[in-house]
Amino acid sequence: MSSDLRELYQSVIIDHNKRPRNFCKPKCTNRSAEGINPLCGDQLTVYLDVEDGIVKDVGFSGTGCAISTASASLMTQSIKGRKIGDVEHLFEEFREMVTSNPKSNVEDDELGKLSVFSGVREFPMRVKCATLAWHAMSEALHDTGGTATTE
Amino acid sequence: MTAAGRSAVSAAERLTSRGECFDPARARLDFPILQNTGLIFLDSAASAQKPQCVIDAIANCYSRDYANIHRGIYELSARATENFEAVRRTTQQFIGASEAREIVFVRNTTEAINLIAATYGRQNVGPGDEVLITEMEHHSNIVPWQMLCEAKGAVLRVAPFDDRGALILEEFEKLLCPRTKIVAVAHISNALGTVNPIAEITRLAHAHGAAVIIDGAQAVPHHRVDVVDLDCDFYALSGHKVFGPTGVGVLYGKAALLESMPPYQGGGSMIQTVRFEKTTYAGIPQRFEAGTPDIGGVTGFGAALDYVTGIGLDVIESHERELLAYATDALAEIPGVRLIGTAAHKAAVLSFSLDGVHPHDVGSILDHEGIAVRTGHHCAQPVMEHFGVPATVRASLALYNTREDIDALVRALHTVRELFQ
Repeated sequence: MSSDLRELYQSVIIDHNKRPRNFCKPKCTNRSAEGINPLCGDQLTVYLDVEDGIVKDVGFSGTGCAISTASASLMTQSIKGRKIGDVEHLFEEFREMVTSNPKSNVEDDELGKLSVFSGVREFPMRVKCATLAWHAMSEALHDTGGTATTE
Repeated sequence: MTAAGRSAVSAAERLTSRGECFDPARARLDFPILQNTGLIFLDSAASAQKPQCVIDAIANCYSRDYANIHRGIYELSARATENFEAVRRTTQQFIGASEAREIVFVRNTTEAINLIAATYGRQNVGPGDEVLITEMEHHSNIVPWQMLCEAKGAVLRVAPFDDRGALILEEFEKLLCPRTKIVAVAHISNALGTVNPIAEITRLAHAHGAAVIIDGAQAVPHHRVDVVDLDCDFYALSGHKVFGPTGVGVLYGKAALLESMPPYQGGGSMIQTVRFEKTTYAGIPQRFEAGTPDIGGVTGFGAALDYVTGIGLDVIESHERELLAYATDALAEIPGVRLIGTAAHKAAVLSFSLDGVHPHDVGSILDHEGIAVRTGHHCAQPVMEHFGVPATVRASLALYNTREDIDALVRALHTVRELFQ
């Protein structure tokens, strides 16, 4: 088996796919948005509880591939309790990591566990999977009442 | 046989004409994309690869025989017109139509179905009337009818299939009534591979006075089609699925029905005389072919039909049946594989899921191993809903696939399982 594949499907990703964290609608939420990838049928909803500019709670539901499910799961862990501005910045960093040229080496400590998705950039077809939950979360954050779609 | 087709004798044809057994490994030599690329192509139901003779026919058309058709008095235009019309006759023979004028060139199956909905449909379907389709239709044989029903205040009825993916004929029959004006059914399901009993469906529909439209996109590359035997009123197909270029499709219609229908698009070629007070329309099939058609594409399509005829659809069908059985057994041995679509009458389509792994992940990993399969809902979301899956992996076979391709698929599926353990 090639190292590229192992790099894409790291054990953390496989684990979060099997047992996604925060895979439920939180008891208290005030914002939500749906994310749809029409190409492969991935569909998830991200729920947020935002108070005083802080993401107090976050959860998600839906179905998707391992990359989109694990990405949603790890995203919820990394944004819970953070300021909106920080969350937006993290999304930018994450997007940069999964789309950038491998040589540019944008990984940094800020991304923490999220760096397990760095292998995605070798699979351009999967970038949309990795960013789907983030797009939905961003929609919810700004509460535009819309649906995030990757197309 | 068209001029372009005559000049190119394929490896596969040389073989079968000598009475030897069909050897897919030799047929592969006709397809440049399968040479030295390591590509294992299992997505022919989406679009088939092109043999050299098709590529050459298109190049020859543009380098030797090209001018606009049905217009020029000059020799080159006359020759281009003759080549174009020869493909209409080739198509007529290929699907067993009675007359060449029953063959209308369109862009693809989707356009053929939309053409019927916009002409025959608008003319014959009124408020309270019904259009009957099946649960296994491709979106292209659902949405045009929904649009028609919405515009006309008509009702769309859907005949169900059973858990193996076979149409439940008794349920289909129960849904027929005097208000049923149109029955639209896939010859072969793209998502399940189910072969529908078209002659029987047509007989039942005609007994209730409905017109029958067959979506033949998945049938013509694999299966001998005879529209007169089937007795369907319309038959739609796409050239690109039968080894021809994209951009060319065919609508077959019984001459009397086509004659009775209003035009589809207005423009050049489809008229008899144009005056500002009144335009009169051309006869069939030109009435439905407004504007300059895809001349190069139609030439390539003719070469593709010649190629298939040269090998023989019976030979292709028997090769694919054998390969389907081999692949079905091989997949059944992989733990966690669930085949979706196991009808008794099936074409070479293997739709499946793998326990605990999303089809999109399977597709990515297979791609990494050089295997091209389709993953997703296959433009048949109601089929996915029936089986309670968001998507499937679909391996679809064609004349150039071999047992080695299936073995590679099985090996790669074991890699998937290993990764996801």
